[in-house]
Amino acid sequence: MRIILSILLLMFICNQVHSQIQVKGKVLEYRSDKENIPLPDANVYYLESTVGTTTDASGNFSIPFRADLKKLVISSIGFRSDTLLVNRPNLGNILLYPIVELEEIILEKRVAPLQKSLFSVQNVVTVDSREMLKAACCNLSESFETNPSVDVNISDAVLGAKQIQMLGLNSPYLMFTQENMPSIRGASQIFGLSFIPGSWIEGIQITKGAGSVLNGFESISGHINSELVKPLTDKRFFLNMYANNYERYEFNSRINHNLTDELGVGLYLHANLRNGTIDNNGDSFLDTPLSKQINFMNRWQYMDPESGWVGYANIQYLSDEKELGQTGFNKDTDRLTTNAWGSEINTSRIDISSKLGYVFPELPYQSFGFQTAYSNHSQDSYYGLNQYDIDHSSFYSNFIFNSIIGSTQHKFKTGISLTHDNYDELVNTDEYQRNDTSVGTFFEYTFDNLEGLSFVAGLRADSHNNLGNFLTPRFHLRHSLWDKASFRASFGRGKRGANIFAENQQLFASSRAININNANNGNYYDLNPEKAWNYGLSFIQKLYIWDRVMDFSIDFYRTQFTDQVIVDWENPREVSFYNLEGTSYSNSLQIDLNYEVLQDFHIRATYKYFDVETDYESGRLDKPLQPRYRFFTNLNYETLMDEHGQWRFDFTANWLGRQRLPNTSDNPLEFQLDGHSPSYVLINAQVTKVFSKKFEVYVGGENINNFTQTNPILAANDPFGTYFDSVISYAPVLESAYYIGFRYKI
Amino acid sequence: MKKTVFLFFILLGLNLAHSQDKNKSVTFEVKGNCWMCKNRIEKTAIKMKGVKFASWNSESKVFKAIIDERKCTVADVQEKIASVGHDSGEYVAPEEVYQNLPTCCKYRDPATSEMDHGNHK
Repeated sequence: MRIILSILLLMFICNQVHSQIQVKGKVLEYRSDKENIPLPDANVYYLESTVGTTTDASGNFSIPFRADLKKLVISSIGFRSDTLLVNRPNLGNILLYPIVELEEIILEKRVAPLQKSLFSVQNVVTVDSREMLKAACCNLSESFETNPSVDVNISDAVLGAKQIQMLGLNSPYLMFTQENMPSIRGASQIFGLSFIPGSWIEGIQITKGAGSVLNGFESISGHINSELVKPLTDKRFFLNMYANNYERYEFNSRINHNLTDELGVGLYLHANLRNGTIDNNGDSFLDTPLSKQINFMNRWQYMDPESGWVGYANIQYLSDEKELGQTGFNKDTDRLTTNAWGSEINTSRIDISSKLGYVFPELPYQSFGFQTAYSNHSQDSYYGLNQYDIDHSSFYSNFIFNSIIGSTQHKFKTGISLTHDNYDELVNTDEYQRNDTSVGTFFEYTFDNLEGLSFVAGLRADSHNNLGNFLTPRFHLRHSLWDKASFRASFGRGKRGANIFAENQQLFASSRAININNANNGNYYDLNPEKAWNYGLSFIQKLYIWDRVMDFSIDFYRTQFTDQVIVDWENPREVSFYNLEGTSYSNSLQIDLNYEVLQDFHIRATYKYFDVETDYESGRLDKPLQPRYRFFTNLNYETLMDEHGQWRFDFTANWLGRQRLPNTSDNPLEFQLDGHSPSYVLINAQVTKVFSKKFEVYVGGENINNFTQTNPILAANDPFGTYFDSVISYAPVLESAYYIGFRYKI
Repeated sequence: MKKTVFLFFILLGLNLAHSQDKNKSVTFEVKGNCWMCKNRIEKTAIKMKGVKFASWNSESKVFKAIIDERKCTVADVQEKIASVGHDSGEYVAPEEVYQNLPTCCKYRDPATSEMDHGNHK
């Protein structure tokens, strides 16, 4: 019985198959403005099978129904294929859409101009050139104004130099590199940031914390590397001009030429002029220096991926002249006299550098690089009756070998470096001469377990004529806690000799006596070198909220000095330099939130807390001129780029909490300041109209809310008297500035 | 005599060392779709003893590796990659492993290559 039943069933099935329900349909070609026409010879087949047919001259097809194959694919050359679910015997009319050959389809990967990586071991923020365009102008110091990781401060009320800070520590504790070779150090510490035009920069990497051992032992609070544009990949031609309402003019041009596919050459020129005699606060001093700068670079790039050789050679020349002080000062007749207080700072600088790299063509993980750089920095200056000259020549070379141990899970970098610095300084009548020579070797091991845990452990050993023989350990760890979240930790040590005059040049624009404690009889102006440990923890979480990426990060860093050169402004008659006795630390906490609120509308918000305390001779105090709290927000909106171009809007607000001011209680009442500065807000905004890929115009304003420091210079009416002091600067001196500029590129 | 044998062994050793390249570049096709596949393929390979470098291109499906032939063979690598679900050279991934791959990685279904893989991690 069962057998019969089975046979019956089988026959039934066979019959089913045999009778073959036919699926019918008609394929038509879609024509946008005309009637749809039948499409002959289109392929009709079941997905993932060989069962198929083609349409006839009138577009009709008929194909047996197959219960096991449910999806039917309709395709024809030149048309987008369609896949249908077969759920009825007559599929009716099926329209196939022609593949439209667009003239050019560019799928741009839109990477945010400010990137926080989930995957790098170190806490790195990558800033690309688009971010630089948001800043009003025009050099590296100003390009950090839209970046919350770095704080921009004004050094003093006369020089107007912009200094940057990270983790509550001034720029000497940060390492700057240009293409991974140390720059902005020694003599160029105060003005060096304004010697790198923003338009030459392709990207900046900001690493918080200990940094790597590859570039030396000096970095303590972080490492900022700037990459310049590369002749082989840069625009053929770039021109930018800028002007503001205070007669500040800037000119930037770049010309690149590829001599062969492998060899490119670039000529970059920057010039600026600040011509406006501005004294809006009526204190008889210029609110912004007069200056002239010419900056020229010739850059060569060689790249041959076949052979694995890469090379760069650069030569840069800079000449910068600044004039500052009282508006009535005439440099030809009043120089170094008491007719009027004035200052000239003339700098010329030459930089020559080269890089050579080789990647083993058969072993993509193995390479070596050799960097070598020479620079000569010469500054002649006087501030009122104070004279300060510095000559600094520097030689740097570094050889790095990269390879693996067993597999790319275990990478290492090792090498040796050789540096030599020669300083010649004249401080009024005192001459200081110093040579720094060091030889070092380093080894850095990177481990990645491929499951979210990686670390970099580095150690370098240096032998230095003034710092002695010492080890520098640095360690970074990253762990993926869960999806799109990373936890990082780091620690490391840095050591450096302080160039007390070059780093604190603003002291010359005051009547303060210079007092160096020579009790230790150290190698740096009788002072001992500085040494500090840095520890950090950070956490970042990226989320998709309503289909848009939000990232949230929080980090905490502590820098603990074991040796430090204290710059003590607490006596209004003096500036004292002495070695730390006791405790000095900096704690910094930063919370960031970045989110694209609406399509192409980005918001960045940052809260920062700093606790920086030092044991001065007069007791433990907060670091002066350091806000304890800062709040930062940046709003950015871009319209879509179409044939009419694009609009870009950018708005930045910085709120700075109150800052402790150095003690002025020993001054007569009229030259005394409050214990703390008021808190204030600085607002910058910019609008860019992009007319085409080649041409754009921008206008903007800085310090739009017009906050300035009242009475930025003490005893400005008596600059040669005992109470003259311009170093207590907590807010801008210059009122709102408005600017306009254009960029042209091909 | 002893010397001759010794010399012979040294020569043999040299010869062996020569025929077994410790930095052998190998290239073969591995099936897969997306970033997740890439991660799985490369991770599997690099964790093998003797594999120094592994890279898979999701567009071209070309897998490149550098292996130490004294420690593993091309076939070992292919077999291992197939064992985690990706048809590799001559080796076909076991059906049950393949079926356990995330939907977007099921490269045998042509529709999956059209999927949007953009949001993976």
